[in-house]
Amino acid sequence: MQFSYEVNDSYAEVKSVGRLNMVAAPKLREVVAEVVAGGSSRVVVNLAETDFMDSSGLGALIGCLKAARQAGGDLRIAGVQPQVKMVLELTNMDRVLTAYPTAEAAFGDD
Amino acid sequence: MTRFWTRLIVLLTVILGVNYVAWRWMASLNWDAWWIAVPLVLAETYSLIDVMLFGLTVWNIKLRKPPPPAPADATVDVFITTYNEPLDLVMTTALAAKDIRWPHSTWILDDGDRPEMRELAESNGIGYVTRGADWTPDMPRHAKAGNLNNALMVTSGEYLLILDADQVPEPDILDKTLGYFNDDKVALVQTPQYFINVPADDPLGSQAPLFYGPIQQGKDGWNAAFFCGSNAILRREALMQLGLVGYVKATEKSVRRALAASRTAIRKARRSPEAGNPLVEQMLNEVEAATESAQKELEARASLSEITYRVRRKVDDAVRTLVAADFSALQSDLEEIAAMELAHVGESGVTTVARDAVDRMSGRDWSPLGALESVHAVLDAISVERTDEAQPIMPLATISVTEDMATAMRLHGLGWRSVYHHEILANGLAPEDVKTMLTQRLRWAQGTMQVLLRENPLVQRRLTWGQRLMYFSTMWTYLSGFAAVVYFAAPIIYLTLGILPVNSISFDFFIRFIPFMVVNQLLFLVAGHGIPTWRGQQYSLALFPTWIKACTTAARNVWFGRPLGFAVTPKARQSGGPSWSLIRPQIIVALLLAVALVVGLIRLLAGMSEPLGTLVNVAWVAFDLVVLSVLVKAVLYKGFVPEVVGPERPEERNADAV
Repeated sequence: MQFSYEVNDSYAEVKSVGRLNMVAAPKLREVVAEVVAGGSSRVVVNLAETDFMDSSGLGALIGCLKAARQAGGDLRIAGVQPQVKMVLELTNMDRVLTAYPTAEAAFGDD
Repeated sequence: MTRFWTRLIVLLTVILGVNYVAWRWMASLNWDAWWIAVPLVLAETYSLIDVMLFGLTVWNIKLRKPPPPAPADATVDVFITTYNEPLDLVMTTALAAKDIRWPHSTWILDDGDRPEMRELAESNGIGYVTRGADWTPDMPRHAKAGNLNNALMVTSGEYLLILDADQVPEPDILDKTLGYFNDDKVALVQTPQYFINVPADDPLGSQAPLFYGPIQQGKDGWNAAFFCGSNAILRREALMQLGLVGYVKATEKSVRRALAASRTAIRKARRSPEAGNPLVEQMLNEVEAATESAQKELEARASLSEITYRVRRKVDDAVRTLVAADFSALQSDLEEIAAMELAHVGESGVTTVARDAVDRMSGRDWSPLGALESVHAVLDAISVERTDEAQPIMPLATISVTEDMATAMRLHGLGWRSVYHHEILANGLAPEDVKTMLTQRLRWAQGTMQVLLRENPLVQRRLTWGQRLMYFSTMWTYLSGFAAVVYFAAPIIYLTLGILPVNSISFDFFIRFIPFMVVNQLLFLVAGHGIPTWRGQQYSLALFPTWIKACTTAARNVWFGRPLGFAVTPKARQSGGPSWSLIRPQIIVALLLAVALVVGLIRLLAGMSEPLGTLVNVAWVAFDLVVLSVLVKAVLYKGFVPEVVGPERPEERNADAV
């Protein structure tokens, strides 16, 4: 699992590549905390190259959402793959998170 | 073969039991003394249902074969939960946990946040976890469930072995149990709780051989083996899924509730003195517009993060615009003053001050909206951050002081399976004095009743009927305190007043009652393979004040939000002499029973009562006194003194049974 991020004018994009599971979940939390602490509280987690996610990964996303919101921003997800979509539906998390097609679209209306 | 006999005796028990109790209701009640006749027949009905639920449990006893080997790459975190136990006790467990053969990480979860504990853990290469920064003093802590939920967020093993601070694990505990998880749907493997500091006659009734035996094996047969808080292995994925589902449910509920409350809150705010300010009035209009459109989006099934984000955004923007407009008026005044005075206040200085002030005054707490508490609360609740909990994801259930039962029930509700592994793989310490024992029993009973009242298993649609009844069965047993009172009162009333709750003690009574009692005891004998169950039967009646207190405090807690008076079970023996005051109600009952015996004999000699009725009731009183006598032994018990050879362990870890 690898995380990288890039800050642009209106949001920061965190790319998650590989398996976002219980091992990678704490790392994601750290990366997003770093991004938010750096002043970008509008965060998109790009999941286009995340081919597997488990409940711990989703849990980390919620933790990151809370961190971003508390800093006055938001966290959104984009580029969801079929397995991730299934996990979102299985846990009803699709009631909470909107999956945007691309990172650019995530903050497109805002 | 045993299964055949067990089922046969269950059937006989049900038939003879219904035969007796139906006759009691229909043909035997002494309506002249309804005030004791009805309670007694209700108590008997309670007991019949109790034994029927026990019969249903053992109907499906599952004797498991050893599981296949576990996948070699399974990762495990071993959690040792502690709050205030002595350091050396925790370290004994922690070092034994470190020596577990399967590769794993060991963690001490210290809710007491003791620096000495941290030091000891670290110097022995054991992980140490305390509550993180999110657990601020205003957040509910949720005792052990909170402790575990906190640790789940900072560890990453696939499986979790949970141990109480006084449960010393065997080195092979994981080798023996991880293999069950090859079945992807298994979320939980529970092993027995066995205590090594208990003498053979078990004066405090610490061992629960019937529960960690036929009852758990029976529940296992219905896919309802319970999680008992310690000596269990859990699948992280299942717990996290539970946490997520719970999070979504809680968030949706709080957003719905907040939106529903917003109309009232705004109306109330409009009537408050602050609403005279045109600025506030405009803000309230904006809030109303935002919440109304959020309500529409909610009906249209938009995602909660979007809905809440837009509400916050709209309200914040509106507040900012309005505050800025207000300030720009103020600022132009200031500028005019500055221009007139031509003093040290430059134009730029004024602007900076004003921008700062707009920022501050637009914040939630500072804006005029902040003064309108009801509106403020509604806006805070329209969020996805679950601001009423320290962390949004709370995998272990927090609806009860015994987190284990509720958690297992929810896991079963999500379709996960559980396993009961009948082999002692950890050696624990039981309370060694009555006070601690009573505290512990009260806590278990309270926790169980909280679950019954908050999430009644009978109405959980995702559970099978077998599972619902297995959970209900355990809850039902904790109602025994009320029945016990009647069983003590009825013979006292007959012997002292001559009032019989039945029409007559006749052949009709004996022919129905005796076969039922015999087959009932036979059922315990056969289902339990002769394990000692008498101690348990004694305590289920003798601790009636504890069971009743548990029911009343749990009901007050759930319905009226009153505290339970919850105490952590102390692990060290409480000092002091015999504490008779702890069992005062039972002593009073025993005295009344003794007085009733004497009065009953006098009445018999005086020809005021019939011999048969007196005989039956004297026998009944004798039985009651034998039941209560366990408490004398318990109060006089001075703690465990190890024998030279040590108490033998039953069935040598049940190695053959698995």
